[in-house]
Amino acid sequence: MAPGGALVIGDVVGWLTDPAHWQSTPFDTGILGQLGAHVWFCLIALVIALVISLPLGLWIGHTGKATWLVTVANAVRALPTVGVLVLLVVIIAPNFYGRTNAGYLIPTEIVLVLLAVPPILSNAYAGVQNVSPAVRDAAFGMGMTGPQVLLRVELPNALPLIFSGFRSATLQVIATATIASYVTLGGLGRFIYDGLAQQDYPQMISGGLLVAALALAADLLLALAQRYTVSRGITGRAGRQAGSDSRVAVLNEELASETA
Amino acid sequence: MIRFDHATKSYPGGTVAVDDLQLEAPTGQITVLVGPSGCGKTTSLRMINRMIEPTSGKVWLDDTDTASMPAHELRRQIGYVIQHAGLFPHRTIVDNVATVPFLLGTDKKQARARSMELLERVGLDPAFAKRYPAQLSGGQQQRVGVARALAADPPVMLMDEPFSAVDPVVRDQLQDEFLRLQSDLGKTIVFVTHDIDEAIKLGDQVAVLRVGGTLAQLATPRELLSRPVDAFVAGFVGRDRGYRALGFTQSGSLRTHEEPTVTLGDPLPSGSDRDWVLVVDAAGAPQGWLHLGDQPRGAVVEDRMLYRGGTLATQGGTLRAALDACLSSPSGRGVVVDEAGRLIGTVTAREVLDLIESQGTPS
Ligand SMILES: Nc1ncnc2c1ncn2[C@@H]1O[C@H](COP(=O)(O)OP(=O)(O)OP(=O)(O)O)[C@@H](O)[C@H]1O
Ligand SMILES: [Mg+2]
Repeated sequence: MAPGGALVIGDVVGWLTDPAHWQSTPFDTGILGQLGAHVWFCLIALVIALVISLPLGLWIGHTGKATWLVTVANAVRALPTVGVLVLLVVIIAPNFYGRTNAGYLIPTEIVLVLLAVPPILSNAYAGVQNVSPAVRDAAFGMGMTGPQVLLRVELPNALPLIFSGFRSATLQVIATATIASYVTLGGLGRFIYDGLAQQDYPQMISGGLLVAALALAADLLLALAQRYTVSRGITGRAGRQAGSDSRVAVLNEELASETA
Repeated sequence: MIRFDHATKSYPGGTVAVDDLQLEAPTGQITVLVGPSGCGKTTSLRMINRMIEPTSGKVWLDDTDTASMPAHELRRQIGYVIQHAGLFPHRTIVDNVATVPFLLGTDKKQARARSMELLERVGLDPAFAKRYPAQLSGGQQQRVGVARALAADPPVMLMDEPFSAVDPVVRDQLQDEFLRLQSDLGKTIVFVTHDIDEAIKLGDQVAVLRVGGTLAQLATPRELLSRPVDAFVAGFVGRDRGYRALGFTQSGSLRTHEEPTVTLGDPLPSGSDRDWVLVVDAAGAPQGWLHLGDQPRGAVVEDRMLYRGGTLATQGGTLRAALDACLSSPSGRGVVVDEAGRLIGTVTAREVLDLIESQGTPS
């Protein structure tokens, strides 16, 4: 450890405010470049996870079929991330020679997708399941077909839970994407691993702070998107019946799925 | 016309919710299903729009077997008012009402305009249109539920305890509004309630079901009161049947006596030989009775002196209302008014009873 907290804070601020650290050079990728790479890794993983697990979760919730998939997805959360990554690299990397970094990118993305699928899937499922039976009944009673009930009634009512699932997936993916650097790829994890290796603690701490800042910014953006897509009739902002806080909901859901 | 043709619904485990139901709900009329809890009212109702499929037997809608078309198409032709409203929490009130027109592909603007009309029709302020269900009271939600069922102007309406979630006064208002609406629209309505008074008030015909899902009696409200088929129906229809049956007889030929009155704000009459004098307002509408013995001489008639316990009977109304006006009046003279609420005269209980006797027992 560096001597004295104040000194460390000063060093970290110094490191972060040094313009040289932000720009890339032919030898070294700067903060902006690594930030871009980090965002890129996360986006790929989140989009793939969303495309897989949102429709699947909605479908399981709507039909009540194959609920074991949700249990399996939640069990996947228990896998040790780094262990899986190393294993996948050992299996996959030898299939790619030199030049391209696909041998490392693919294992990283698989790990991130595995991380993002469970919260999205189980929240989409829980969101649809939690739609009041009376509301679902009314939808059928008005003459909606199954898909219409799902898209026009269950989905909009499940949105708060879907958002909280996606937001927690995003946080986890952004935090965990640092491991890309563990297998020679870029991203903000670069500063953490390099800092650690070189005992350059200001650099290491700065890397951590940048990841946290990115996570906060992403969450803020999603909160904003949630505000504009979720009907005021269910957020409670319009009404006197306050809707339950979405974070509490995801917590409850996680607890419920663990005990189930 | 809706016809149950030996319709039975049984559940695995042996529960028979509806047992071999044969019933016809005529076009343009209100058929009420009534009975104790668990007797299969909701099940019967939901077999009509196939929210529940009969285990055996059929349900016919005019000349069509309801099972012969896709369920969602059938349901779009049938207005359905769900117990406890069942509104969509994520949609505004106006969009809730427009649900079925949206499904049928009606132009959105047009559908919303019609929804606004309907909201007024069921007695809701248009200001509610942009709100969400969570912001409405239970009674207001039930009105929206009725408006939603009416939106696509379906010839058939199914209503499951639509007025259950409100206090008796509002329920009475909703029932009156409902009857007014029905006299305009003339829909074929099947109405479920567990409240026999509601059944008798609203039904053109009433079907009493007993637990086990069998039909105990199908009759007009009047018949039900005067001739229950068995002890179960008699017990279910309840007390005061004779008195309540008077509610179906017009008091048309009732002759009234002229009643001396005093107007609010005028001095007390002197030298009246009666104990009680009827007080009217400037327009001639009865306000209440005044007990002369209690008042100081030369006082002016004021609102606070009035005894307001008496009910009013309307000329051409029912014998029940006429008799009640007499029994509730402190002077023993029942007050009869015209349609506009102006005094016509008074009758005594004796005279009403004579009239009832001269008509014989209702049949
Ligand atoms: N899914 C089901 N499985 C088994 N039995 C059922 C099911 N649904 C309803 N029943 C039974 O069928 C009977 C009739 O139910 P139904 O809902 O039609 O009663 P109801 O007359 O509407 O009663 P209430 O006035 O309480 O609403 C009840 O005894 C009920 O327990
Ligand atoms: Mg019921």
